[in-house]
Amino acid sequence: MIDIFLLMFLVIFSIYSIHTEDLLSSVIVLSAFSFVMTIVWTRLNAVDVAFTEAAVGAGVSTIIFLSALSRTKRGEEKRVTKKINIYNLFAALIVIFTGSVLVYGTIDMPAFGDIEAPAYNVLAPRFIIGSMAELGIKNFVTSILASYRGYDTLGETTVIFTAGVSVVALLRRKGGT
Amino acid sequence: MIIEYITKKMIPFIQIYALYVITHGDLGPGGGFQGGVIFGTSIILYIVVFGMERGKRLFPLKIIDFFGSLGVLIYSTVGILCLLWGGHYLEYTKLPFRNPHLAAHLGILLVEVGVAITVFAVMVVFIFDMARKKDA
Repeated sequence: MIDIFLLMFLVIFSIYSIHTEDLLSSVIVLSAFSFVMTIVWTRLNAVDVAFTEAAVGAGVSTIIFLSALSRTKRGEEKRVTKKINIYNLFAALIVIFTGSVLVYGTIDMPAFGDIEAPAYNVLAPRFIIGSMAELGIKNFVTSILASYRGYDTLGETTVIFTAGVSVVALLRRKGGT
Repeated sequence: MIIEYITKKMIPFIQIYALYVITHGDLGPGGGFQGGVIFGTSIILYIVVFGMERGKRLFPLKIIDFFGSLGVLIYSTVGILCLLWGGHYLEYTKLPFRNPHLAAHLGILLVEVGVAITVFAVMVVFIFDMARKKDA
């Protein structure tokens, strides 16, 4: 019951933040969206993800959006008149085609929460049983992230570093920082 | 005035919580990324309340830039150290400590600290460089 309420909130928040013309209130509503999302993750027992969602989604990304807004205008530009030309039709066709190929690709995947899915039968027991003997780390989410998937985490850290470097390269001016 | 007072009282607690999350990543939820973000949030709170100038006096841009690269450097250095002691890249159990479990523990802790430093520094860089300057 509470899940349905939360999902309704999510839908309402996202539709509002897309359709409002005031970008500031859109950012604030997105922050509220992240907060509700935190509760949803907690109810799904994914505390790690809830943690990240609360810190990044509701906190830092709101601040980043706001500081980006401080460089632009608060309102949305009026949209230009919509007319259908051949390029738009072509683009729509490509989008529909790609989307249907992707949907076709998911048909073979196991159903959500399927107990027969390979991920639950091969990898999960391997990590849950094996990681304690191999690494001795009590929280095996951490041992997966930092050790078994160590390359991925190194890549993520590099991505964050690269984002910082790009912001510096694009926006920092000599003297007037 | 009230906001400044409350912020001054809150920031140490936020930072201690962030350090707890970083160092206890192998016991509870969280880890380097989350802890680094929380630590960055405390600095961002300071900047939002006390202004950009005081924030820059506390964390000069040069030091923040240095921290941003230091984190990635720590992470990759741990990987190379594992190579030196005959393991694969990032195979912590080969690090020269008393037993493999202790080695894995310390290796993962170092890596988490590296992630946290980079994340924290990049968050602060975002704020410093993206928010509008007075003259621009």
